[in-house]
Amino acid sequence: MKDLLRAFRDFFVSLQLTVALLILSLVLVFVATLDQVNLGIWAVQEKYFRSFFVMWRLPGPGIPLPVFPGGYLIGGFLLINLLGAHIYRFQLAWRKTGIQLAHSGLILLLIGELLTGLLQRDNHMRLDQGETKSYSESFRHNELAILDTTDPKLDEVVAIPEDLVAEKGAIQHPKLPFQVHIKEYYPNAMLQMRNPSGTSAISPATAGIGPRLALIPLPITYKQDERNMPAAYVEIAGTEGTLGTWLVSPLLGAPQTLSYGGRTWELVLRFQRTYKPFAVTLLKFSHDKYPGTEIPRNFSSRVRVKSDGGKDDREVLIYMNNPLRYGGLTFYQAGFENNDRTTILQVVRNPGWLIPYIACVMMGLGLVIQFGITLAGFIRKRTAAPAA
Amino acid sequence: MKKYFPAALLALFALYVAGTLVPPKNPGALDVQGFGRLPVLVNGRIKPLDTVARTSLLTLQGRQRVTTPDQRSLRPAEWLADVLFQPAKSDTYRIFLIENHEVLDLLNLKPEDGDGGKRFSYLQMRPGLPELDRQAKLAEPTEDQLRTPFQKQVLHVRDRAVLYLQLKHSVQVADSPDFLRELIQFQKALPAGLQALAAKKKGEPASDDAVKAMAEMRDRFGFMDEIGYLRVIPPGRADTDPTHWRTVGAALLDSFDTGGVNPDAVAYAALGYAWRKQDAAQFNQIVALFREQLAKRYVPQLQKSDVESRFNSAEPFYTSMVIYVTTFLLAIFSWLKWPEALGRAAYYLLGLAFVITSAGIATRMWLEGRPPVTNLYSSALFVGWGAVLLCLVLEKVYRNAVGSVAGGLIGFATLLIAHHLSLGGDTLEMMRAVLDSNFWLATHVVVITVGYAATFLSGFLAIIYIVRGLFTKSLDRATADALARMVYGIVCFATLFSLVGTVLGGIWADQSWGRFWGWDPKENGALIIVLWNAIILHARWGGLVRQRGLMALAVFGNIVTAWSWFGVNMLGVGLHSYGFMDAAFYWLSAFVVSQVVIIALTAVPTEKWRSFRAS
Repeated sequence: MKDLLRAFRDFFVSLQLTVALLILSLVLVFVATLDQVNLGIWAVQEKYFRSFFVMWRLPGPGIPLPVFPGGYLIGGFLLINLLGAHIYRFQLAWRKTGIQLAHSGLILLLIGELLTGLLQRDNHMRLDQGETKSYSESFRHNELAILDTTDPKLDEVVAIPEDLVAEKGAIQHPKLPFQVHIKEYYPNAMLQMRNPSGTSAISPATAGIGPRLALIPLPITYKQDERNMPAAYVEIAGTEGTLGTWLVSPLLGAPQTLSYGGRTWELVLRFQRTYKPFAVTLLKFSHDKYPGTEIPRNFSSRVRVKSDGGKDDREVLIYMNNPLRYGGLTFYQAGFENNDRTTILQVVRNPGWLIPYIACVMMGLGLVIQFGITLAGFIRKRTAAPAA
Repeated sequence: MKKYFPAALLALFALYVAGTLVPPKNPGALDVQGFGRLPVLVNGRIKPLDTVARTSLLTLQGRQRVTTPDQRSLRPAEWLADVLFQPAKSDTYRIFLIENHEVLDLLNLKPEDGDGGKRFSYLQMRPGLPELDRQAKLAEPTEDQLRTPFQKQVLHVRDRAVLYLQLKHSVQVADSPDFLRELIQFQKALPAGLQALAAKKKGEPASDDAVKAMAEMRDRFGFMDEIGYLRVIPPGRADTDPTHWRTVGAALLDSFDTGGVNPDAVAYAALGYAWRKQDAAQFNQIVALFREQLAKRYVPQLQKSDVESRFNSAEPFYTSMVIYVTTFLLAIFSWLKWPEALGRAAYYLLGLAFVITSAGIATRMWLEGRPPVTNLYSSALFVGWGAVLLCLVLEKVYRNAVGSVAGGLIGFATLLIAHHLSLGGDTLEMMRAVLDSNFWLATHVVVITVGYAATFLSGFLAIIYIVRGLFTKSLDRATADALARMVYGIVCFATLFSLVGTVLGGIWADQSWGRFWGWDPKENGALIIVLWNAIILHARWGGLVRQRGLMALAVFGNIVTAWSWFGVNMLGVGLHSYGFMDAAFYWLSAFVVSQVVIIALTAVPTEKWRSFRAS
């Protein structure tokens, strides 16, 4: 038994395991990079790095088989290997400080990346010149929002995440006096005005703009610069029976309304929103090019940030390589559209953003110390040796 | 004699270098040099016409040399003057590189019509241009990575034709037999013409001829402004912003508002007149006067453009290539004969070439006001520079010519790569907004490039070990051990720089995009280098590899680095499309295959190696 434990320990602290894990991670990163051509950057991260196993679907029945260890598995083993080796071989000696510092930095970096993967939220804020917003929108996720707009001063919002919508079926919510029944859901679709001669099949929609529109399902896009535009047919049913079926999609500009029990409701499938305790106004977006070229020289957004309590009210210039850090969030100049009148800011919440900075210093310093000791030893030996 | 050989050789090459620094003389009576030094705003930067001529020629035909149909060879600036001032002549020069046979067919051309089977004149291409343009429009909607070789070549050739047309219309309307006369007549007719235009606007009677003549000139100048490539006209006296230079067309369009013709536009037209007449006195005088009026207003810009044109004619990187090859050969021979004298000579020459490349890189940095690495071209220069610097250190310590062989080879190879990368156009580009941060360019980019250099160097040192040990008897035990130590030391160095560089890159990404790591191909490429170096070090520490294994791993580092440097930029190329034909992809594949072969050689058991065989 003791031998088995020892063998177990020796395996986990061995350099052989380190080398094997490093080789596995190299292969993983290489294959994932190649696969980006097919899957795009987001899907690759889910498939290769944020997983315990890389799955491969059998052609035909489509049964997923684990074919290679994923990022979490390799990363986890590396972490165990690193920690184990350090605890087991720990020595308080000067000549070990470099190696220990470098590896502690690496451990910190791995943990930091894990935290980032779990905690980081990034959204977009799209602002026209002069527009004010107190929320950001997700770049990939959507939500079905049902708003009680009866009170002109205050909207009561029930937001259903897209994942739930995708499961279809009936949804009941304590704040809603009716049931929401998702009849159909399409992860990516295009909408078109229906041909008035009516040759195409009848729309499942019975209310709102839906009956006049034709829905064309599209394959899911993985391209980094495109986003999926989902669509759904939603039936609203009160105690007395159905109120109608609506077609919803972020492609529809104006929200569709319905009345029930003397209250007015709005129904909209929109980019998932996160509300902030402050508002941002775009004062001016600038986009300079080098004369006689299309090469961008600078993008910048002058914005006004005003907190709800009125404690903060100031103007800030956000430009490339110079983000605004405010309220635990960071605002980056990410893009622009609409003939330079609309700015797109990326809004990131990442509580672990400082970790890589600390890890970088530790690793750099650690390696300098380690290699410095080696180099010093080498020079001492050479000068001690008689000149050849 | 052996004793003085290294110093004598160094002196000889120093003389050769000094020769390249002497300002070149004019080929004839016309002041072509002065013309080449005139400043112009192109692609966001004020540069000498000489640079425009050279980079245009590289883009059009992949080399700077031009031979006329009557077998005269032209300097780049002379060629540019012909394009600008007498395009009918330059239309006959065979300077369009067309290598794809399908494109040749499209243009109804045969290889035997071309210079060297692949360079053709504008006159030869002209009948096929409408069809070329049609094919290019068909190819354009296809994503770059998915284009077929034919589509790619069609677009290349079309872009070359467009560049040539843009140059032709930069200072005069290309079909004008005498643009100076046209401008003088326009100037004379202008007051009456403007009166007629004003009268017509008010609805009063006006001379139809005058109105028509004005409209015609407005069209001509408007066309020049639209298509013209060179911004040669400085703004008015009060405006000192160096980015406000304009095209001749724009300056001439102003005439309708100011009532006068821009004198600088007339000066260029007069320069053209003198050039066509080959009137040296007049040509040289206009060049001198034009320069004089700029000299007071644009002191720093002119200083830079003068240095740049001298830099162009000195060609320091070409000179260095010659010296690197010599170094390499001398160092190799030093292992066979005269180790002391030849080894020392190689070491001196390596130092000389290093000084010249350093000066070249420093000049580029000063011209651009940037840290050394700003694009792929400058990364090639810097990888070579960093590797040679490490080689000099190795050679200083070990004195066994290994550093000189590796340095000569890497120095030459990286400059050759840089030369091929320079065919895309001007290598001193303006920085896109995302990259516009001197702090990060100076830290992340420099550190990571040094990491590339060191990883390559360890790989080349390993190749020296393998080739010498396996095929020759020259690798004695001491040298073998020394090489192993060198490889180990350089791998340590490479680990440090590639790790710190990669993490710094992550921090830059966090600063500008809000994420430290995004698994983007370039980031992954850098990560793979770090991982590989870490694998080498841990395998050695764990006793998994000995000398031979270490060498095999180090050679594989070459593949890893080459992939990260160039391979990730071609992603999609080899996978998705027929773009396999890309020359760069071929070269990368060939390099990878050669390295795999070398790694396979290490499978030969040590006792079979010629150097280690028990005699």
